[in-house]
Amino acid sequence: MGLEALFDPAFAASLPRFITPILLAALGGALCERAGVFNIALEGFVLVGAFSAVLGAYFFGSAAMGALTAVFGGVLMGLIFAEFHLRRPGDPIVVSIALNLLAAGLTTYLLRAIFDVAGAFRDPAIVGFEPIHIPLVAAIPLVGPVLSGQSALFYVALGAAVFMHVFFARHRLGLRLRAAGENPAALVAGGVSPERVRLWALVLCGALCGLAGAQLSIANVNLFVENMSAGRGWIAVVAVLLTRGRPLPLLAIVCLFGFVDSLSFRVQGLGWPQQFTDMMPYVATLAVLVVLSWWRLRRSA
Amino acid sequence: MSVLDSTPPVRGLTPWIGVLVWILAILFVLMLAAGAPFGGALEGFLSGAFGGRRFAYLMTTLSRATLIVGMALAVMLSFRAGLFNIGGEGQLVLGGLVAALVGVYLPGPPLLVVAAGILAGMAAGAAWAVLAGVLQLYVGVPLLVGSLLLNYPARYLASYVVGHPLRDVASGLPQSHLVPVEAWLPFFPGTRLDIGILFVVAAAVFAIVYSHTTVHGYRARMTGHSAPFAEASGLPVRRLALQTLAMSGAIAGLVGAIAVFGIHHRYIDGMLVQPLYAWTGIVAVLLVKMIPWAVPLSGFFFAALQTGAAGMERAAGVPKELAITMQAVIILFVASRLTGLHFGGGAGEGGRPGEGGDGT
Repeated sequence: MGLEALFDPAFAASLPRFITPILLAALGGALCERAGVFNIALEGFVLVGAFSAVLGAYFFGSAAMGALTAVFGGVLMGLIFAEFHLRRPGDPIVVSIALNLLAAGLTTYLLRAIFDVAGAFRDPAIVGFEPIHIPLVAAIPLVGPVLSGQSALFYVALGAAVFMHVFFARHRLGLRLRAAGENPAALVAGGVSPERVRLWALVLCGALCGLAGAQLSIANVNLFVENMSAGRGWIAVVAVLLTRGRPLPLLAIVCLFGFVDSLSFRVQGLGWPQQFTDMMPYVATLAVLVVLSWWRLRRSA
Repeated sequence: MSVLDSTPPVRGLTPWIGVLVWILAILFVLMLAAGAPFGGALEGFLSGAFGGRRFAYLMTTLSRATLIVGMALAVMLSFRAGLFNIGGEGQLVLGGLVAALVGVYLPGPPLLVVAAGILAGMAAGAAWAVLAGVLQLYVGVPLLVGSLLLNYPARYLASYVVGHPLRDVASGLPQSHLVPVEAWLPFFPGTRLDIGILFVVAAAVFAIVYSHTTVHGYRARMTGHSAPFAEASGLPVRRLALQTLAMSGAIAGLVGAIAVFGIHHRYIDGMLVQPLYAWTGIVAVLLVKMIPWAVPLSGFFFAALQTGAAGMERAAGVPKELAITMQAVIILFVASRLTGLHFGGGAGEGGRPGEGGDGT
């Protein structure tokens, strides 16, 4: 079993399927992190996004509407977070735990209440994203299959990462957002309410996580499964913590996670028990976390 | 910035009426969405939580409450020491798995097998918790994410063990063989409630005595209130943290062992994960703001909510996931009213990266 067998075009083409949801969620997490909101409810945000995406794609019969309802669902979660953490004095960790539970319970409840199925909901009426083929790019060896033939959300995610980098570094609102996290007092002195900035961060985070969920349920596949976020929101949280919410390092680390993720999917073909391939993304995330934390500790010591 | 640092700011009942109205309104909307007959649903809820033939469902509620309160205890010990261990699920699963394997494969007199199984389960849970602690203290991985990420390997490992090498193939399900009948925890005379609840009571007594009467427990709580102060006073903060985590994990492992020897008599894939015992335990602790004597009450309350919802599903076709949803709604409304509930940094580093610090 040589490396070539692992790194064939099919492997390259599968990378974005793993990268996109984690990247979108992590970018949302980065907005919160930089604005000073400790949001570890990404898992729940993504799950609600995945469910709302299927709702939209099923009832309106279009992937774009699915993405729109996914954004709507995510934003709703962001607003709930804001209500209990910003307007009321709820601890962000407690609110996050509650929202993750809420997402797990509510999506399953509604799945059964609306569609009367338990476990998984698949239906030909769910219209998902079609891959976008970019003529010239597709011909490039190695990179071609990664960059071409992906769902629109992949390009949105890449664009969002670059945009967010510029936004944080250059734009007035980006600076305000960072100020809300780093020095809220200065922001108040400048006549801007940090709470308001954080509210916007949560709303945008919800939108991005909603899209992450849409990638899971109506781009990677065309169905909804209970708990289909399956820890990806937590991996996004880890990525945010590791990079402290800086978009470009975030992009790099998510690519690394996505690479390992798709590798684990790949080695399923080697006849390993499924439990081990299921376990791999978390073990890999933990391994990266351990190495980077240890390295940081050594450097600061 | 610590776990229990201020008095409840809410005075009087008026704000709580608002909370209650909100919670009931959300419940109403959810039930409406499922198109449930309200009378039948209520009847199903009450009988599912407290009724049944010879109170069979009440016994189910009690044994579920046993597991939830046990997990709540485990969580509370570490929370009060300022350690945000949310890896209870992994510790619970490994405890249950190891206990089941000992129960199935260790020959010997039943009493010895049970004792060995429970101790081995506790050791496994403790080891998993300590691993998360070591990662935080010596590697710098925040406990919050470290302990959480460790849930997944534990879950899949257990699933693999009972799904492949040690599976009871004849049963056709991913589960281990049965523990010999002689090694099952006995029922209380005249009921269908196993004596597992006694172990949790013992653990609770231990936790309270430890926390409030021993120097060690006092130091652990002090570390929770203010890690810098504890460190400045010359306490061995790291060792305290690891010991606390070991105790917390051991209790989680004990809960897993009780579920095996008392309820399921084997390890079934997902039996400790699917009902969200660990998360419900956390929620039960948060609901009462980590006041020890109230935890059994909130644990029982959530257990009744879950078994009641199961009854509602049987009687009126309302999906039982209503329980988890309402649990989350309740904790949102109640916990956000209790402003004293804040998690600061724990022993060592890795508190809340989002709050205050330099953001770059």
